[in-house]
Amino acid sequence: MESQALLVLLLFVLVLSIFLGFELINKVPSTLHTPLMSGANAISGITIVGALLASGGEGTFSSILVGTFAVFFASINVVGGYLVTNRMLKMFKKK
Amino acid sequence: MIAFFQSSIFANLAYIFASILFIFGLKMLSSPETAQRGNLVSASGMLIAILVTLAQNEIIAYEYLLIALIGGLIVGVLASSLVKMTSMPELVALFNGFGGIASLLVGVAEFINPSISTLIQIIAISFTVLIGGITFSGSLVAFGKLSEIISGKPLILFGQRFVLSALLFVALLLVIELIISTGLLNISSQTILFTLIGVTLILGVLLTAPIGGADMPVVIALLNSYSGLAASSAGFVINNNVLIVAGALVGASGLILTNIMCKAMNRSLSNVLFGGFGAAPSSSEESGQIQGEVKPITAEDAYLILEAANSVLVVPGYGMAVSQAQHVVRELGELLEDNGCEVKYAIHPVAGRMPGHMNVLLAEANVSYDVLAEPDDVNPLMDTVDVCIVIGANDVVNPDARENEGSPIYGMPVIEVDRAKTVFILKRSMAAGFAGIDNPLFLKENSRMLFGDAKESISTLVSEFKT
Repeated sequence: MESQALLVLLLFVLVLSIFLGFELINKVPSTLHTPLMSGANAISGITIVGALLASGGEGTFSSILVGTFAVFFASINVVGGYLVTNRMLKMFKKK
Repeated sequence: MIAFFQSSIFANLAYIFASILFIFGLKMLSSPETAQRGNLVSASGMLIAILVTLAQNEIIAYEYLLIALIGGLIVGVLASSLVKMTSMPELVALFNGFGGIASLLVGVAEFINPSISTLIQIIAISFTVLIGGITFSGSLVAFGKLSEIISGKPLILFGQRFVLSALLFVALLLVIELIISTGLLNISSQTILFTLIGVTLILGVLLTAPIGGADMPVVIALLNSYSGLAASSAGFVINNNVLIVAGALVGASGLILTNIMCKAMNRSLSNVLFGGFGAAPSSSEESGQIQGEVKPITAEDAYLILEAANSVLVVPGYGMAVSQAQHVVRELGELLEDNGCEVKYAIHPVAGRMPGHMNVLLAEANVSYDVLAEPDDVNPLMDTVDVCIVIGANDVVNPDARENEGSPIYGMPVIEVDRAKTVFILKRSMAAGFAGIDNPLFLKENSRMLFGDAKESISTLVSEFKT
């Protein structure tokens, strides 16, 4: 029962977040399409939280190894994504 | 006190805070004045989420994860600081793929972890692997096409759709087998998972390979959305709210962008994904002969016309990125302004290889973002424009989209440059655009072709102005 309640709660969060996402970025000027995309891409690196838990938590050697690779890829996504977005946004100036 | 920072209640509160920062960050990203701060807000949310996770007492060993974290940090810093602005589309595609593979690996790690997974987790793992795998291999193909490691042309294999639907069916069967384990296949669940991974990787390739270079903005936006959905799905695997919220936000924003791109081409998403656009023969021959002849112009004559112009509209396309002409374009724009001429830039949403590609290049060249206009802003005033300079754009200025019902791009919103008094078209040769369609714009009465490399042609114009 408890896992069912949890699932419903998580689904509830998912549905609300999707609607929130649509509302948040409904009107984006096309000037910002690329930075928005790469900034959002960096946010999708949030999967690093799961990767850290898999790499540093309890598990077999293989699960830890897989988790460690996940940390590596996710951190490239996060660090590279934010830096590259910042580099682009620095150039957007109004004279 | 230390025990509190290690507790899951603290972590969950911090995750909520991180989610709030992501939401505000994304909101701020949608306006040029606040975008840079928005990115920082979102990055600090990420930092909080990572630090809080590292403090958890669930984490018992740090050596592996620290090595991976530092390795990723170095690669990320190097890649993002060394890449040229013109290579931005492929880098974004690559990062996107890494996000996808990371989610996939999180799912796999949870699956092979001996602690018993609940049914919900198994379902979530299947979805994470499915979406993560497609995101990863799809992004790698997109990366290959954008960096021209593989051909940008649509690659249609024989029986593409059949293979695709067969593979989707197999993937579905494997997912069902993982969830309810009927034992019909008589292989271990790990083997099923690894087969599923293999199938999803092939699926990603097959879904991206048929898509031509001109449709890349749609694909990148869509893959971006997938990477968010994969992260969201991984959130269900580890019962974590911040993954679900952040992933869903990215999924939604990616879908919005995808939709904007599709609308800008007047095509449905399924048409972009399965249409194999550009592989079909053009129908312009049967639908009326194109009349007129190509009228070349020299840079010297073009200068004389520009010198007398009061308003100039620059329409860049992928050709500007290829010849790296953005800096000389800005220089020409400044010289024209000094000459008392009004200069604007009209940018079509799908010009280039990713959403907003031209805007980034012109921003790099120091063009103020308030002179970058969208087609809807410039089209009503087109009759008052003295000179339109089309730089390496083709399909987004094709008048057939308005006039020729037989054209494959009929109905696509275009920049109506042919209504300007004079149109200069900078082009390397008379080849058709990426969609492989003839462009009657080149033959119009008011069109003048300035053949040659865009950067060289504009440099010549600039030096004419200076002398």
